[in-house]
Amino acid sequence: MGDPINLISQWFNDLLLGWGLGEKLVAVLSLFVGAAILVTASLLTVVVLIWVERKIAGRLQDRIGPNRAGPFGLLQPIADIIKIFTKEITTPDGADKVAFNIAPVLAMASVLLIWAVIPMAATVVGSDINVGVLYIVAVGSLGIVAILMAGWSSNNKFALLGAFRAVAQMVSYEVPMVLTLLIPVLLARSMGINDIVQAQSTWFIVIAPLAGLIFLITSMAEVGRAPFDLIEAESEIVAGFHVEYSGMAFGMFYVSEFLHVWTIGALIATLFLGGWRGPGAETWPILGLFYFYIKTFVGYFLITWIRLSLPRVRIDQLLSFNWKFLTPLTLVILVVTAIVDKALSMAGAARWLYVLVMLAANVLVGWGTMLVLKTVEPNRPGRVRQEFPPRPVAVAPEAADN
Amino acid sequence: MLDNWLYIGLFIIAAILIPAVAVILPRWVAPRKPNAIKQETYECGMETVGDAWVQFKVQYYIFALVFLIFDIETVFLFPWAVAYDKLPMFAVMEGVIFIAILLAGLMYAWRKGALEWA
Repeated sequence: MGDPINLISQWFNDLLLGWGLGEKLVAVLSLFVGAAILVTASLLTVVVLIWVERKIAGRLQDRIGPNRAGPFGLLQPIADIIKIFTKEITTPDGADKVAFNIAPVLAMASVLLIWAVIPMAATVVGSDINVGVLYIVAVGSLGIVAILMAGWSSNNKFALLGAFRAVAQMVSYEVPMVLTLLIPVLLARSMGINDIVQAQSTWFIVIAPLAGLIFLITSMAEVGRAPFDLIEAESEIVAGFHVEYSGMAFGMFYVSEFLHVWTIGALIATLFLGGWRGPGAETWPILGLFYFYIKTFVGYFLITWIRLSLPRVRIDQLLSFNWKFLTPLTLVILVVTAIVDKALSMAGAARWLYVLVMLAANVLVGWGTMLVLKTVEPNRPGRVRQEFPPRPVAVAPEAADN
Repeated sequence: MLDNWLYIGLFIIAAILIPAVAVILPRWVAPRKPNAIKQETYECGMETVGDAWVQFKVQYYIFALVFLIFDIETVFLFPWAVAYDKLPMFAVMEGVIFIAILLAGLMYAWRKGALEWA
């Protein structure tokens, strides 16, 4: 009851068995169909996301956004898809054809593969492997390979520069990202994504808020969206690694970026916001699915909001921020979490005390970071209040005098 | 357990197949009229000068090296975090010392100027 997904898969299994297929074959087939449906559903989610993002962008920039095709412009992404399918896919002269054509598919696959391990409800757990977090890191890094392939094979200087930047940025931000992923693993005592969700009777965002914040920042850099969109800086290197792509090949990069943001939302939801957990989610798995999507959307909206609010950073700022701020901070948080956690478990502290002390430790580390920043750079321009000259007021031309 | 890995294997096939179909489908739907000007390297309308595979800044290489060191050492920490309940305080401290060595390595790279974008 309350779990249509397993009901449908059971029905599908029985249907195939009724056709007289072997038990093993049916198992493999139904797994494959499940995977194909999840992949297709993820791709279709992007159709909605494109509309949502354009609407949000419109509202945040004081305009309406798409409103012509269909009610509220809802059919706009459909129109875009039909259009992009009928566009020619060009291959530039001197391109490495094999790498050039594989790259968009690989970029898409690297994002899609993460969905294999994300549990969406109490009974819909995807693949419950015991190295889930490592799998996510490994599969996520495939995207870097795809971008480097795209940039390298395009036979274009802009594309190559974009790919270099992308690799430098993604590879750098991978370090604090993997380190922050260690904290949910440490708190849950397991690398399995499902175990991590099960362990969140108190959401990890409460126990480890700093880790959640750093994960958000680093994964935004992994996606390469503003303020970290140096990899496709339009005003500097045209569009970065995908200058030479057109038609659906470009579309794949575009869709993979949107889906990546949505996936980051899902990861934040699962690792820090308790995944599908919520009131009644155990007895009614369909509710878990609902909670999961709500939480994912919260992460997605946050990233979109930041993207639309902040300007692009410079590459030296970007790398300094990562190596000189995020990485040391993450290492400190890791040490503090490990020691406090061990001390509390050895003392046999009650759950509420545990949560409270962990939260206090995080607040202390955050406060200490602020103090250190203040002593290291007391006169940073942002910190000193600048006196601006009074704005010149536009005066109406005195038409009456003439 | 094996079923889970089978699912991932099948998922890899699906995740490559479906985008591949999406890229291949326009072969029949979209026009294909290549010509010399269209196939040129796009550089905002300017004619391309020289080879596209240019020399790149050595800094990229240094960052990649620093990343390599850190990523491998981080992966070593995962088993430590998973087996956390079984570890005595002594083993936890060993982990902390390991992280401190990591931090010292970062400081060394910092002092040597490997983290500067000059």
